Amino acid sequence: MISALSILGLTKTYANGFRALAGIDLDVAEGDFFALLGPNGAGKSTTIGVICSLVRKTSGTVKVFGIDIDADFSRAKQYIGVVPQEFNFNQFEKVFDIVVTQAGYYGLPKKLACERTEKYLRQLGLWDKRDTRARMLSGGMKRRLMIARALVHEPKLLILDEPTAGVDIELRRSTWKFLQDINAAGTTIILTTHYLEEAESLCNKVAIIDRGVIVENTSIQHLLTKLDTEVFVFDTREELTAFPDISGYAGKLLNGYSFEVQVQKNQSLNVLFARFAEQDIHVTSMRNKSNRLEELFVSLVESGNSAEKPGVTS
Amino acid sequence: MKTGALWIAFSTLVVREVRRFTRIWMQTLLPPAITIVLYFVIFGTLIGPRIGEMAGYPYIQFVVPGLIMMAVITNSYSNVVSSFYGNKFQGSIDELLVSPVPNYVILLGFVLGGVARGLAVGVIVTVLSLFFTRLQLENVWVTVAIVFLTAVLFSLAGLLNAIFAQSFDDISIIPTFVLTPLTYLGGVFYSVDMLPEFWQNVSLANPVLYMVNAFRYGFLGISDINIVWAFVMVLVFIVIAFTSALHLLARSERLRS
Repeated sequence: MISALSILGLTKTYANGFRALAGIDLDVAEGDFFALLGPNGAGKSTTIGVICSLVRKTSGTVKVFGIDIDADFSRAKQYIGVVPQEFNFNQFEKVFDIVVTQAGYYGLPKKLACERTEKYLRQLGLWDKRDTRARMLSGGMKRRLMIARALVHEPKLLILDEPTAGVDIELRRSTWKFLQDINAAGTTIILTTHYLEEAESLCNKVAIIDRGVIVENTSIQHLLTKLDTEVFVFDTREELTAFPDISGYAGKLLNGYSFEVQVQKNQSLNVLFARFAEQDIHVTSMRNKSNRLEELFVSLVESGNSAEKPGVTS
Repeated sequence: MKTGALWIAFSTLVVREVRRFTRIWMQTLLPPAITIVLYFVIFGTLIGPRIGEMAGYPYIQFVVPGLIMMAVITNSYSNVVSSFYGNKFQGSIDELLVSPVPNYVILLGFVLGGVARGLAVGVIVTVLSLFFTRLQLENVWVTVAIVFLTAVLFSLAGLLNAIFAQSFDDISIIPTFVLTPLTYLGGVFYSVDMLPEFWQNVSLANPVLYMVNAFRYGFLGISDINIVWAFVMVLVFIVIAFTSALHLLARSERLRS
């Protein structure tokens, strides 16, 4: 089976000597919803830039659906749709014109371009704004406009660089739903995000990149099994004056009606609840203190910080 | 991309470019018309009669072809430099760079947009000149060919400027300090025969001189320089500018890091 994206030994050193990518290997299967995570400056946007030709690689190979970008970038680009991090459309053009023009760049005949533009503007809730100049749109609408523009030639691989940054919760959820639908319809999606809840909710595979190196590349499910400790917050019906006596579990009282407990991988929540029952503590709700993927992400990046990693070369 | 798709991409880009300058016609088409009318009034009607004849023609008739050419040069240049740099500034040039459109199509699309504005302004100015003088057309083919090639050349020059530019200052430096002096000293207002021999020879290094004289030849049948040589020079400059622009579109750090 041909991979949607296959990267081997990808390096990028900028003109100022900064080594952004230090030999990345990455394989994204067709149909995946793939998260590319990493702290700021880790190399996510550089990787995306290389894939879509905005950044020239220093070495390595990149194949899109089996097509080597060095051999036939024009054909490879037909398969790719990109939603960049920054707004990068002409602010003075109308919404409809921006999308239909992009379709033209991919060689779509006018009639088909107009049909596709209407289809995606409707799906993304922008049809009513089709005659509005782009600069008049809200931030969330501008993000959706970039998604419509990226989809108008119906790419097999959609790359989104932080598509929900600065977007309100309702809009974020509707964008997630839209992306899940097009992924279910067969589009492979690569997503970079700082919202790890987003990656955990949407993606089936994840790679974590730090200082130009892939430090983890696996399925979300497998990655979460590596989590040794989870911190749960419990809310109680009655007020507590001290942290409950639950030997073997570390934790602390947060306020009179809630406390947090660290649960190790080999410990059971059943035991914990039995102890609560013994002490007549009535738990009304419980939740993870932070996103599970976030805890793993932090631990992976922090462990990387302590080891020697590539960065600026002299 | 297949030929049909290439043609769609090319026409999309050209239509977008033409739509851009027609949408803002108050900034792109009206000002050059007003400026050139002022030239006609001052140099043609007010000062012209006192100057008398130039190369055997009334001054207004002599100066009109040069002024039309000046309008074509500045407008074809400024259209591409402002459009391409505007795209760079807003990041929307990425729309083209991530698409499968080959660099030569991008180049031709922007150039044809510049040519369209240059020629549109040229036609407007020519029509306006008829209010001030009677125009004769000695050789229509020379006139059309040289004005088209000149618009192509200065559209290419505008593209080169825009690729290198990193600020709005950078796109005004060349027009102000290079293009305007070359145009004013390129025989628009005078015949180079009037200059001392040394300055005549210096003038021969000015590419605008060849274009203005070839254009004037098309109208009046007179020229300070050989017409064939003028076409050769313009074509050579076009080849150099085209090759350089194509190379920069593919390799410039100012477009792809």
